[in-house]
Amino acid sequence: MTTIISSKRSFFFPEIVATCLIAVVAIGAVPLVGSDYLMDAVLTPFLALALAAVGLNLLTGYAGQVSLGSAAFLAVGAYAAYNFSLRLPALPLLLDLVLAGTIAAAVGIMFGLPSLRLRGFYLAVSTLAAQFFVQWALTKFGWFSNDNPSGVIDAPVLRIGSVTFTSAAGRYLFSLGVVTVATLLTLRLLRSQTGRNFIAVRDHEVAAKVIGVPVLRTKLLAFGLSSFLIGVAGVLWAFAYLRTVEPAGFNLDRSFQILFIIIIGGLASLRGAFVGAAFIVVFPLLLSRVGAALLGSLFDSGVLEMSQRIVIGTLIITFLIAEPRGLIALWDRGWARLRAASGKAIET
Amino acid sequence: MTVFRRMKIALGAALALGLAGTVAQADEQFFPLQSYRVGPYAAGGTGFFGGFIDYLNLINIRDGGVNGVKLTWDEGETQYEVERGVEVYERLKNRPGVAAWNPLSVGIAYAMIDRITKDKVPLITINHGRTDSTDGRVFPYVFPLLLNPYSETSGIVNYIASREGGPDKLKGKKIIVLYHGSPYGKETIPIYKLLADKYGFELEQIEVPHPGNEQQSQWLSIRRAKADYVVLRGWGVMNPVALKTAQKVGFPADHIIGNVWSNSEEDVIPAGDAAKGYVAITTQASGAEYPVLQEVIKTVYGAGKGNLDDKKRIGSVYHNLGIVNGILNVEAIRIAQEKFGKRTLTGDEVRWGFEHLQLDPARVEALGAKGLFHSINVTWDNHEGDGRVTFQQWDGAKWKVVSDWIAPDWAALRPIIEKSAAAYAQEHGIKIRTSGDDPVGQ
Repeated sequence: MTTIISSKRSFFFPEIVATCLIAVVAIGAVPLVGSDYLMDAVLTPFLALALAAVGLNLLTGYAGQVSLGSAAFLAVGAYAAYNFSLRLPALPLLLDLVLAGTIAAAVGIMFGLPSLRLRGFYLAVSTLAAQFFVQWALTKFGWFSNDNPSGVIDAPVLRIGSVTFTSAAGRYLFSLGVVTVATLLTLRLLRSQTGRNFIAVRDHEVAAKVIGVPVLRTKLLAFGLSSFLIGVAGVLWAFAYLRTVEPAGFNLDRSFQILFIIIIGGLASLRGAFVGAAFIVVFPLLLSRVGAALLGSLFDSGVLEMSQRIVIGTLIITFLIAEPRGLIALWDRGWARLRAASGKAIET
Repeated sequence: MTVFRRMKIALGAALALGLAGTVAQADEQFFPLQSYRVGPYAAGGTGFFGGFIDYLNLINIRDGGVNGVKLTWDEGETQYEVERGVEVYERLKNRPGVAAWNPLSVGIAYAMIDRITKDKVPLITINHGRTDSTDGRVFPYVFPLLLNPYSETSGIVNYIASREGGPDKLKGKKIIVLYHGSPYGKETIPIYKLLADKYGFELEQIEVPHPGNEQQSQWLSIRRAKADYVVLRGWGVMNPVALKTAQKVGFPADHIIGNVWSNSEEDVIPAGDAAKGYVAITTQASGAEYPVLQEVIKTVYGAGKGNLDDKKRIGSVYHNLGIVNGILNVEAIRIAQEKFGKRTLTGDEVRWGFEHLQLDPARVEALGAKGLFHSINVTWDNHEGDGRVTFQQWDGAKWKVVSDWIAPDWAALRPIIEKSAAAYAQEHGIKIRTSGDDPVGQ
């Protein structure tokens, strides 16, 4: 009995320490010692994609509805925020952000309607409609891009009140703030009745209906909330990272990228979204730096790029065979083993 | 404990990433290259960046650099994707002695305009880019050298007029523009409309959705409309498919006029016989007979330092565009060195060099590029530099030049460009320069 209690205590303690450490490093150390490159080209896109993955995980991981339209909602968010800031310049940026998320949510609910009748692969294919329709509409109607002849628009400066975020550290901290708040709210939501409804619908729709879960409402809510988060992520991607918006950047590849992030990171896990995003964003960069440093003099960048794809592909296959539940399950198992080992060490 | 160690490793890696880019070197001028050798547009990327690197190598090997300043470069693969281009920008921008950026991608160039303006380094978008960046009063650091999309449009219409026997003969003719369904493809829609009103030809503009490997319906409507000419504003796979489908519906290839991104060997060879007779605009002739190309073959490829794997592509359209791009970059540095000294220049000094990049036909001949391209005359407020265009016809094996060097109608285009640039300046709170000596920056 006592061992269980003590192990429980030693379980919670490092978790809290780890969270605090991550917070200190992310908020304090990175902006102080990190280079502009690290913040502008690695961490900011990582944060934006991680938030998109949190959004998709809500829908796919928790509520069990597969979607291939994530990039479309990113685009809706980005363009909505652009148009709010352009046409209603009096609105503060944070409100633009929320409104953009709301528009994305509305579009998400619309394209979530087929989920009431379709499941699995069929639903995935029907969400492709969102992907193609949104991209088509944004290119077709010049109004969305303020009639810019080539359809590419410049993002406005990030500003809250009189504070502007124009440095690399500023943009990074802005993204970090938004992502942290959004993730915490999601975490809170998942621990509420709504979160449990999501899981009930995912695990057994009929059973959920029998015990009184409003299935239709839950599904649409999942689509709405997920699209909201993805829309906000789209604003970060366009305003904080690229600082430009073009519809071609939100193509089907991006939807797949976000889907792969949650599959590799771990379905139904918020930490999984972050770990998966780190794998997809940061790892190829590290690999390319290492590859260029070791072999850059021998091969041109095209050959290096191809070999990286082979390495990453192989790693993905290996990870998924070793742990189909994703990197986060792998991490947890390693952590548990470590804890067991350290527990033994303390006992002896 | 492990968490600590992990954090330490992560921090260490972060520091290493940050420091890796800052090793100082004397008298070198650095070209960061956002190249694409992989992906759907690799044919363009390998040719262009191959030619660019070949020319930089030629200067280093033959002349020992520009007045003793060695040229260096580093490549980052972008696959023509904007976010990869941005990542490469952030990675390479702190290297010492950055001369200029040459992304060869509209999307990446757009994403860089704010960044390079803040960092004060020139951005070169040869033959493409944002049309209104021609106005150097508003865009001090952006240079759509030789040919912006509007000039291209005007050049094509002038060429069609010359084939018909004069601009007044355009009246009542039917011209159809078949454009790629992307920002690049749409950039010229308003200008074709304007020219149609001016010359009185009938105009129809038809979109081909990306990537463009199915065009049956578009070509059937072209045939139904009894078009006199079709302008092909394509990119990648769309071009050979257009030529093949045109043959299928019986539209003559010599009445299809390709734009500057539909003019390469890679666009016509896959179309086989269907491409015979096809005409396309270009700013630089193809072929390896020009002295500068011969020197590249002798000096660079002779020393085993050539960048193209397939030597047959030496002198192809994209390779020659890379060579011309190399000439323009190197000459801008040379001109700036005359003013600022024969040393590593800052980006802003190189910008001054580009704003005085005036190569008349005699200077072009001295550089061994007579016939390869005509001339350029960049000034502080005209960042395109009045490049001339020529037209080439595919004879089934190679491109043959079929026109003189034609001048686009710059005077007619300038007011539209200035209007658009002024709107940009207002939107971004940019002070419009009134002379070349004005301090630049936002």
